[in-house]
Amino acid sequence: MTLLEVAGVSKVFPGVRALDDVSFALRPGEVHALVGENGAGKSTLIKVLTGVYRPDAGELRYQGEPVSFATPMDAQRAGISTIYQEVNLIPLMSVAQNLFLGREPRTTLGLVDRARMDREARDILAGYGVTTDVRARLGSLPLGAQQMVALACAVMIDAKVVVMDEPTSSLEPREVETLFGVIQDLHERGIGIIYVSHRMDELYRICDTVTILRDGKLVHTGRLADLERVRLVALMLGREVSDVRREGFTVFSGDHAAADDTPVLRVSGLSSRNRLHDISFGVRPGEVVGLGGLLGAGRSETIKAIAGAYPVDRGEIEVDGAPLRHPTTVKAVAAGIAVQPEDRKAEGIIPGLSIRENIALSILPRMSTFGLVSDAKIDEVVDRFMKRLRIKAAGPHQRVGDLSGGNQQKVLLARLLATGPKVLLLDEPTRGIDVGAKAEVQALIDELAAEGLGVVLVSSDAEELVEGSGRVVVLRDGAVVGVLTGDDVTTESLLATIAEAGA
Amino acid sequence: MTTLTLTTPRRADWLPKYGVYLAIAALIVYNAAFTPYFLTVSNLRIQLIQVAPIIIVALGMALVIGTEGIDLSVGAVMALVAALIPLYLGYGVIAAVIVSLLAGVAVGLINGALVAKVGLQPIVATLALFVGGRGLAVVISDGQLKDIRNADLIYLGSGDLLGIPVLVWTAALAILVVAFTVRRTVFGRRLLAIGGNRPAAELAGLPVQRVLITVYVLCAVLAAIAGLLSVGRIQSSDASSIGLLIELSAITAVVVGGTPLTGGRVRVLGTVAGAVLMQLVIATMIKNNLPPSTTEMVQAAIILVAVYAARERKTR
Repeated sequence: MTLLEVAGVSKVFPGVRALDDVSFALRPGEVHALVGENGAGKSTLIKVLTGVYRPDAGELRYQGEPVSFATPMDAQRAGISTIYQEVNLIPLMSVAQNLFLGREPRTTLGLVDRARMDREARDILAGYGVTTDVRARLGSLPLGAQQMVALACAVMIDAKVVVMDEPTSSLEPREVETLFGVIQDLHERGIGIIYVSHRMDELYRICDTVTILRDGKLVHTGRLADLERVRLVALMLGREVSDVRREGFTVFSGDHAAADDTPVLRVSGLSSRNRLHDISFGVRPGEVVGLGGLLGAGRSETIKAIAGAYPVDRGEIEVDGAPLRHPTTVKAVAAGIAVQPEDRKAEGIIPGLSIRENIALSILPRMSTFGLVSDAKIDEVVDRFMKRLRIKAAGPHQRVGDLSGGNQQKVLLARLLATGPKVLLLDEPTRGIDVGAKAEVQALIDELAAEGLGVVLVSSDAEELVEGSGRVVVLRDGAVVGVLTGDDVTTESLLATIAEAGA
Repeated sequence: MTTLTLTTPRRADWLPKYGVYLAIAALIVYNAAFTPYFLTVSNLRIQLIQVAPIIIVALGMALVIGTEGIDLSVGAVMALVAALIPLYLGYGVIAAVIVSLLAGVAVGLINGALVAKVGLQPIVATLALFVGGRGLAVVISDGQLKDIRNADLIYLGSGDLLGIPVLVWTAALAILVVAFTVRRTVFGRRLLAIGGNRPAAELAGLPVQRVLITVYVLCAVLAAIAGLLSVGRIQSSDASSIGLLIELSAITAVVVGGTPLTGGRVRVLGTVAGAVLMQLVIATMIKNNLPPSTTEMVQAAIILVAVYAARERKTR
């Protein structure tokens, strides 16, 4: 018997088919891994299962009965608990208060029985390896302990299904062990667990079954032990290439770097907090170096660290032979580094400003005399880049927020190019843009490398990464685990390097 | 979603854009018809003199709000200026002006550093000086109201140049300078970009901290100028009452003028119109012998309409 299942569920958002005819079944006592890259539809599926979204098509069945949850609260009352990445408790209330929120033990007078609440909270949490003062504010606890409290909360309300979204991302190794102990316990009590994570080792250690999503579609479901790691990664990243994509890929033409050139960007021993460990690589003029790895491997952090937007503890960055000390975003741009962040809307474009303001943003001092902006100079630059990148818009004064994703991305690239950079850091440059724009952006990257720029390319699309890069540096858990060069730059060796068991 | 916005005709947004001008026009027509002595030179003069300090303060507030911030300390700056002027007026009006401007710069630097470097929320950062600034001013002035007899300072606050009050000239100049700054300077464009999307502005290599600090300094300096002129107009300095609640009038003017609190846009003329509208509302109420409580309720209604209009624009 299945505990919780969906059959043929679809969910459409404006412009995106987030879930397309996906079926998923969870049995009692099963630890079910749910994997997929960003945008694969994991979060949407979870939200359908937990009553946040209502599916546009398909049926949700709980304990064999068709159900429809109006709110997340309904799902929770029915026994489906979710522990989100960001702990959703109340940091200013005490640990015990959080644990008993809404179900506080009462005295005969109807008041909250604090003594009993604290006592019971202490006993319950001890079972989760949390031995803190339960009267302390929850916010004062380490993140790992907070997550344990959230887990205890979820289990306490008689949950039959517990959804864990990247539960180990903020845990110490010791806490991970405690968590796995708790999961084992839940498993034995017949509670179904949906476990979302990108850490291969964890998945293979604790999960029984796996469901893989890609681009909103179900690509595989079955016993995890029967699935090779390489196969799992291949399914996740989408080795099967559609015709449309292949069309997009013919635009990359290969390596433009001369082997004896000195690197335009050299990174050595870059380390940051617990996220990046001793990352080193170089980019020669005309070379596209890919950063490979799964979500959370440290690719975006590496890019941000080089751009001065992520704290660096140790390590050196050199641009064109000149060291970039204590990088800040201002210094990085001045040194010739231009960065295109992963999240275009949140960190890239300024949606309320026009195309021309967005393009001219980084070069305003050059477009002005004594602090006064010259519209003529800006118009000349904007006109040149709108033509070169074929930005489709009503005109340079159109709001960038009103453009399509592909054109927004081109505006952003135009801003980077206007600075006359030596190094381009591109984080998922073709994500969320249509096929035509994708091919144009890829062709542009190629063209820029041919002109002698050093390019660092991050892409979750294995084909794009391999086709676009002359060399691929593979990261895992914030460290370099391999470099693919020459004939080795293939999806097979990329996937093999990513999938290798951790040291 | 983006294609939708491209194909759907844009909803009329005349209310936030032109509503304030229409309301002013309506009030003028009403008063011209029904209020005796409204369209007289002396009445217009009084209205302009009363609104000028609010306009000066509101212009600075508009810049701060354009960066998605807010400055509650403008009234406290006016009080500090009022407390400092009598101490330095003995050296002449130039000394008093310089000290006033320096006080503004100092407060602005503190606000800006708290917001940009320490990373406090603007409302909290400026609350510190909102509370403490006026207290300090009262301590400096020993809690006493001092009469101002310096003819030069009185001229700045109450005198005329070419038949128009110096106060009004100053406000007009401030409007021009701020409008020019927003439209034509590197600083102005950076300010809007930071208000529109701060993480993006940072990654684009903009000197975000410097721009933010400058914005708070400008706002405080404008408040200091308003304080100086107000002392000259009232011809006495009372640190405990000057500029009281002006931060609310200034924020109201900015919001009613159509500048969104979410940052990324500054409407300079709208802000001026917002201040003028609120002034006209008060004047109309007084001349029709309505009690202050009614005036306050009408003001509240106008603010609600303005915020509602802005909300509609945001969800577009």
